Amino acid sequence: MDFDLNEDRRMLRDTLEKFLRERYPIEKRLEYSKSEQGYSTKMWQEFADLGIIGALFDEEAGGFGGQGDDLMVVFEQLGRALVVEPFLSTGILSGTILSAIGSDLTADVISGQTQVSLAHSEPASRYDLAHVTTSAEQQGEAWIINGQKSVVLGAASADKLLVSARTSGTTEDEDGITLFLVEPIASGVEMRAYSTIDGYGAADIMLTNTPAKPLGEINQALPLIELAHARAIVAVCSQCLGACEVAKDMTVEYMHTRKQFGVIIGKFQVLQHRMADVLIELEQMRSSIINAAGFLDDHRDLREKHCSAAKNLTGRAGRQIAEEAIQIHGGIAMTWEASVSHYAKHIIMIDHLFGDTDHHLERYIELG
Amino acid sequence: MDLGYSESETAFRDEVREFLSTKLPQRISSLVKNGKRLTKRDYEEWQAILNEKGWLAPSWPPEWGGASWSAVQKHIFEEECCRAGAPRVLPFGLGMLAPVLIKFGSEQQKSHYLPRILDGTDWWCQGYSEPGAGSDLASLKTKAERRGDHYIVNGQKTWTTLGQYADWIFCLVRTSNEGKRQEGISFLLIDMKTPGIEVRPIILLDGEHEVNEVFFTDVKVPVENLVGEENMGWTYAKYLLTHERTGTAGIGFSNAALEHLKTIASTQMKSGRPLKQDPYFAARMAKVEIDLEAMKTTNLRVLAQADSGAAPGPESSMLKIKGTVIRQEINDLTRRALGPYALPFVSEALDEGYNESPIGPDYANPIAAEYFNNRKLSIFAGSNEIQRGIISKTKLGL
Repeated sequence: MDFDLNEDRRMLRDTLEKFLRERYPIEKRLEYSKSEQGYSTKMWQEFADLGIIGALFDEEAGGFGGQGDDLMVVFEQLGRALVVEPFLSTGILSGTILSAIGSDLTADVISGQTQVSLAHSEPASRYDLAHVTTSAEQQGEAWIINGQKSVVLGAASADKLLVSARTSGTTEDEDGITLFLVEPIASGVEMRAYSTIDGYGAADIMLTNTPAKPLGEINQALPLIELAHARAIVAVCSQCLGACEVAKDMTVEYMHTRKQFGVIIGKFQVLQHRMADVLIELEQMRSSIINAAGFLDDHRDLREKHCSAAKNLTGRAGRQIAEEAIQIHGGIAMTWEASVSHYAKHIIMIDHLFGDTDHHLERYIELG
Repeated sequence: MDLGYSESETAFRDEVREFLSTKLPQRISSLVKNGKRLTKRDYEEWQAILNEKGWLAPSWPPEWGGASWSAVQKHIFEEECCRAGAPRVLPFGLGMLAPVLIKFGSEQQKSHYLPRILDGTDWWCQGYSEPGAGSDLASLKTKAERRGDHYIVNGQKTWTTLGQYADWIFCLVRTSNEGKRQEGISFLLIDMKTPGIEVRPIILLDGEHEVNEVFFTDVKVPVENLVGEENMGWTYAKYLLTHERTGTAGIGFSNAALEHLKTIASTQMKSGRPLKQDPYFAARMAKVEIDLEAMKTTNLRVLAQADSGAAPGPESSMLKIKGTVIRQEINDLTRRALGPYALPFVSEALDEGYNESPIGPDYANPIAAEYFNNRKLSIFAGSNEIQRGIISKTKLGL
């Protein structure tokens, strides 16, 4: 048993930590998030040059990491700085699929040159990965897609869209889902881009007779989509952990400085005990993510069970930590100006990505 | 990172399993697994078997009969013992007194008491709590006054677990009222047969005689029974808090209890199907299992740190809180799982050799009593509120 990071990962963590500390203060983050693009193309390139995107891919795919531990290390740091660049959409969701298929695009993703966004969820799918109604038909050599995709992360800035569509079967069949590459400028693509409440770029997409190129095996995309989501769960839980650590630190700091009734509020036992519980839940969150990361390369059921456990626990603990951070800060946490509010928003909204606590509890039970 | 046990750890686990399957008497494990009462003799029988193997006091230094196990090995041992239905090893002499003697006792005390703890000659109990000193232990009042080569002890101890069997009691007593309260406390070893000592049972809410009150009236204790220095007892007592804490999380107990719960939930029926298929019940079971799985990793992370030399401080408090919360939640679910059959309680049925047929399912009788008994978990060994206070002080600097 060994819970220490190896030398390479310690270096990766320290490099990224230093880079973010120097180059990614919260004011910059808010500025990037509010910009036209919704992130900084310049920062994205710098991250790529630093090897941070490459750390999410294994050597076979042209990266130098790609294991569960690498995801944990990188995303915990990204969470600490609330980084808005499209790591999750391009790096993990699409990256996992592209590299598994052996697509040439992988190298361009790692170099930061190309962004690919996975357009999978639909207005009625909620968190069910097999629920796909968007359909693709073959017309001679060509394929066209019709349907609607919802809350597609990183879509507006994507150079390519990776769209799931049904090529056989009915709405919730596990078989019959195929992945397609779609150009965002292709005919029939109608994109409505927006920012999420916690400051990340996303879009809803209508596809009407849109030309598309199949990628990977026809009808057999679900296992790949599931794998991409398992990795995304480890990534986003780690991101949540990083954000929670910072929210906790800010709250402890506030308890040491804010005075009421003539004493620092940290003197009040009721707050001390609640923060003690926050610390415990943070350790539990970290442990559940370590478990999920450790089983990422294991067989499917074991992998999925640990991912569901981590997502459930992270969702529960995250809510507690974010709400306590706001409550203990009091009124000031209700303001845009207080950075703790941005952390709290992100922590809470992570529960809405890739299945919430209820979804994953149910799934954990189903997986036996 | 690597979540699995190493080859040598796996080999050790197999060795422990093999030992338990051949040496743990089936009579005893079936008492434990069925929630029956254990007698003094049952505990002694098991501890003698462990002692013969050299596994009774693994944490002690090898020269006194310890096993030089790593923290992870201790964890494996505890987990396997719970799985197999071994009785818990009573900690009073082995885990509480002995580390203090080894660290602070005289050579004479060590060579006299330690072997007798190992071979079961002396049964020890703990004299810390008093009616007015529970969570606020430093307010203890039991007084020891020096008279020549003796102390004269007067006062009262309480919550003395299994004190009715004890030959000796180790006590925190007040030897000075000067300075800070903590600075006037001494650590004294007292023979229970000394005139002036009276043990009275306290019957707990489940009807059991597990704990006692111990009264001291002009009890004469030789000065050589003082451990370490006079007025330094608080330091010795606190040393215990950071020592011998690998079992704090109670993972082994929770594992066994969760397995038991799952069995019960698959035989209890609700609306024509097993209770474990009821979505509400299944959700609560799943949630506590998820918490327990994370807790195992939290525990192992702390142990791994301990093995690399860092003494777990506030981490022990975190494990204690979360571990007891999880165990109590499992107890709660198990009680609920029984439905109306949680109600009947036949105390005699807890005795070995009770022959009448059970009321309701054969596993039902002890469940509610165990739930009530385990409410103690969040109260004793530093209540969970005290533990939160420790975390707040040491981790948050508040």
